[in-house]
Amino acid sequence: MTILIDEKTKIIVQGFTGKIGSFHAEEMIKYGTNIVGGVTPGKGGQTHLGLPVFNTVKEAVKNTGASASVLFVPPAFAADSAMEAADAGIKTCVAITDGIPSHDMIKIKRYMKRYSKSEKMTLIGPNCAGVISPGKSLLGIMPGHIYKQGKVGIIGRSGTLGYEAAQQLKNLGIGISTSVGIGGDPINGSSFKDIIEKFEADKNTEAVLMIGEIGGPQEVAAGKFAKENMKKPVIAYIAGLTAPKGRVMGHAGAIVSAYGESAIEKVELLKECGVIISKNPSVMGETVKSALNSKT
Amino acid sequence: MDIHEYQAKKILSGFGVTIPRGGIAYSPENAENKAREIGGLKWVVKAQIHSGARGKAGGIIVCNSALEVAQATDKLLGKKLVTNQTGPEGKIVNRVYIEEATDIKKELYLGLVFDRSSECIMVVASTEGGMSVEEISKEKPESIIRSKIEVAVGMQKFQAREIAFGLGIKPELISRTAEAIIGCYRAFSELDATMVEVNPLVISEQEQILALDCKMSFDNNALFRRNQVSELRDKTQENTNEVYASDRGLNYVSLNGNIGNIINGAGLAMASMDMIKLAGGEPANFLDVGGGATPEKIVKAFKLILMDEKVKVILVNIFAGINRCDWVAEGIIQALQKIEVNMPLVIRLAGTNVEKGNKILKESKISYIEANTLEDAANKAVKALKELTK
Repeated sequence: MTILIDEKTKIIVQGFTGKIGSFHAEEMIKYGTNIVGGVTPGKGGQTHLGLPVFNTVKEAVKNTGASASVLFVPPAFAADSAMEAADAGIKTCVAITDGIPSHDMIKIKRYMKRYSKSEKMTLIGPNCAGVISPGKSLLGIMPGHIYKQGKVGIIGRSGTLGYEAAQQLKNLGIGISTSVGIGGDPINGSSFKDIIEKFEADKNTEAVLMIGEIGGPQEVAAGKFAKENMKKPVIAYIAGLTAPKGRVMGHAGAIVSAYGESAIEKVELLKECGVIISKNPSVMGETVKSALNSKT
Repeated sequence: MDIHEYQAKKILSGFGVTIPRGGIAYSPENAENKAREIGGLKWVVKAQIHSGARGKAGGIIVCNSALEVAQATDKLLGKKLVTNQTGPEGKIVNRVYIEEATDIKKELYLGLVFDRSSECIMVVASTEGGMSVEEISKEKPESIIRSKIEVAVGMQKFQAREIAFGLGIKPELISRTAEAIIGCYRAFSELDATMVEVNPLVISEQEQILALDCKMSFDNNALFRRNQVSELRDKTQENTNEVYASDRGLNYVSLNGNIGNIINGAGLAMASMDMIKLAGGEPANFLDVGGGATPEKIVKAFKLILMDEKVKVILVNIFAGINRCDWVAEGIIQALQKIEVNMPLVIRLAGTNVEKGNKILKESKISYIEANTLEDAANKAVKALKELTK
């Protein structure tokens, strides 16, 4: 089992016919992802990469039965597209787009409050690498071949640091159930806690690796959840030891502005929650390995 | 993006917040005229730099004649002010703001930020204006009033009134204070701000509610739809190398160490910097060339790193995902044909086609140190640095 997506999940691409959308749609199809079509307003009725293009997400869902979408829409229009997906009954939407204004993100999240819990879409991202359930489905821009199928769940903000972790695990012969990139923005669709909760419920996931960074309260909130509700071991690495206070480190969300947001403080708070800390980024794999070993 | 005090005040005034009369000046003569135009007997000359705590650094001068205004302006223009927020290099004063002096009865604090936990706009207010919000929360935490504003419906009058009453404002002034608070909220929400801070918001002896100082920051991701805000950018207030980088689509933050970094992805960049620190070195910068790490970006990155005189060793760490290491290696070789690098260069490639990438680098004529893991790369960079300084 996996979380969010598997080989059966029917997926549409929003921003399908654009350059970036087309490139990654092809990569996803090559990986075996069940892409069933795409949406580009005004291009409905056309065929692209051998798949149907629709004008609206509603039409796409009606005609293909899609339950997930991946979004490559430019930042100025991305919020609108995410809300359209939520309204059309999409269950999981992965927003790859980098550069969505924070005010727009708040608007999307507010908009989604109209749905009951069972009808509510899970938004992943934005500004993320996407979601992969190795060997089954890839909904994003990550290189599929570095992910080995297995039983560790990964949640991270960064794309390339997530790849680093996947590779370290692969080199140790450890596979991944699902890896979720939640993105580097201050306001994001799903938090560390939202995803960790799904991993705890997933029968096939045995441990969770959380790759966090400076800024914001989310890693610690997930740690507190783990302390109170989780049986599976949680391993964490927090990037940004050298980041000066008040400076944005690439990701708009990576800025230390309050107590508990620096790397050292987060590590301390996570330790108090019983989270196992990977002391540096080159031992993420080994730390997961020893956590798995001590479990059995 | 940050803006100057006078720009922020002008914005607030557009949203119905009262500000003291004032004008911007670029020369002493200019300032003297402005003071006469404003009228009165007492003025304040305020250095316009992107930083708070200017008073302690001598950036705010009270004057009792137009002549004094000119002298104060002469003293400030062209000067570099060092505050606790500017870093040791300070920030240059290219313009001053001349303002009528205000007779202050009471100083208040008012700040608006995004609250990342509740995903609302948070208004923070305190009766202890004039101190920084950090000082207030340390010394007078009980004075802090917080109010969460739901963005979809905006700030309601009762919320603004509650804050005003909480600040102990007397009944006759409540509605004017509430209007000022709502004005600040509207500026925040309608212009895609990430921070609006009025410190102090004052009650004058004449019982006016005035924004005496104001700082604003805006969401860079929203500047595409905020032309009137983007126009206010003052590049002279930013680090030269950081401006060079942002103009070229690179994410760069200048730091104090001497190991220059070229990395793809913000998280991996922070992680590599952590490894440098743990290996006993100090990074000279944060630099994310973007997930794709295209040859063009790599050339620009090398140019940028070499602009920093502190840099003694360069560390390149690229994890190739959808792109490939062989392609990244070609990019690095191309870059080094265009730019001369006369210092140790450590290169670590990982991901797709890593063997091919390393082979291309080895067979090229470039002189570099190959590294395999994050740890290996950091250790080798620090070792190379130590050998230089031996």
